[in-house]
Amino acid sequence: MEKTWNNKAWFLVLPVLVLVAFSAVIPLMTVVNYSVQDTFGNNEFFWNGTDWFTEVLHSDRFWNSLARNLIFSLIILAIEIPLGILIALNMPKKGAGVSVCLVLMALPLLIPWNVVGTIWQVFGRVDIGLLGHTLAALGINYNYTQDPTAAWITVIVMDVWHWTSLVVLLCYAGLVSIPDAYYQAAKIDGASRWSVFRYIQLPKMKRVLLIAVLLRFMDSFMIYTEPFVVTGGGPGNSTTFLSIDLVKTALGQFDLGPAAAMSIIYFLIILLMSWVFYTVMTSHDAET
Amino acid sequence: MDFSWMAWTLPTALFFGTIAALLVGMGIWEYVSPGGNPRIGLLRFETTRGDRLFISLLGSAFIHLIWLGLTNANLWWALALSLVYAIGVFRYV
Repeated sequence: MEKTWNNKAWFLVLPVLVLVAFSAVIPLMTVVNYSVQDTFGNNEFFWNGTDWFTEVLHSDRFWNSLARNLIFSLIILAIEIPLGILIALNMPKKGAGVSVCLVLMALPLLIPWNVVGTIWQVFGRVDIGLLGHTLAALGINYNYTQDPTAAWITVIVMDVWHWTSLVVLLCYAGLVSIPDAYYQAAKIDGASRWSVFRYIQLPKMKRVLLIAVLLRFMDSFMIYTEPFVVTGGGPGNSTTFLSIDLVKTALGQFDLGPAAAMSIIYFLIILLMSWVFYTVMTSHDAET
Repeated sequence: MDFSWMAWTLPTALFFGTIAALLVGMGIWEYVSPGGNPRIGLLRFETTRGDRLFISLLGSAFIHLIWLGLTNANLWWALALSLVYAIGVFRYV
């Protein structure tokens, strides 16, 4: 049958194009314009060339925030991915327990970011929080407002609590899609539990795991609300990630030029990472 | 319509004009020679000419950033290097 070509269908794309233009393209263009100028307000701008980019690229503050962000992303990936797989493997595949587990897993994902931050801010307080008070009663010196290590542990545990469910649900979807025939063949061959995981479950979960890694990396690399609510980027600058640093520069100091330059560098890093993940995912699809 | 809040300058307008012209040019190229000319090059995965433009632009952005971060030399040299890089991408990737 011959394909029907109808160019009128392009008009259906128009609403999306308009939305993207107003929500992404025009703001991005404005940020690029700001990044090469200086302003003291009142909509007056002065040409500054590429000086803001040079300043940002030579500032320890930017590189430290970037390093903190990368370390944070790597830590939460190292925890959430194996933990998510482990929980998904142990979730029931049949019966009433499935619904219960799925609802329980979905609950943290339904809570808004700022509420998650507030929950953990209160939870970790030594005076009124269950976690902080219990740890203090056990003689453990825990104070996320004064100790950088405690602040990092709190932010990491909070993220793991909030987002491991996403990895679990993705892995679970991958696991239930494996036909029973694979398990039956493995049973006939006398395969061990590890062999079943290594040669059947893991390869079948590869695609959803790539999506999970991509989503979690992107999200953790752009994290703002939760650490801002819990620690405000402190103590000192110990939990000041790139997005927090950016907001401090743009809104706290009203340095719009350096903030715009930092935004563009941040955007390019995320674009590069997204492209790498996308390429890996689509190359994998092409192979299979 | 007043766009003064976008703080336009001639160099940034030229920059975005060039990007728009590149996109229009790619559209015309696709119209004249449909299919995107997919091939497997140096990176060992399939790329169309649109992918190659994206790789060229993204790579050029990082070339400029690295140039600004590591040298004090004139930025036009980074642009020249980016053009050489883009030609390489379109030829070998």
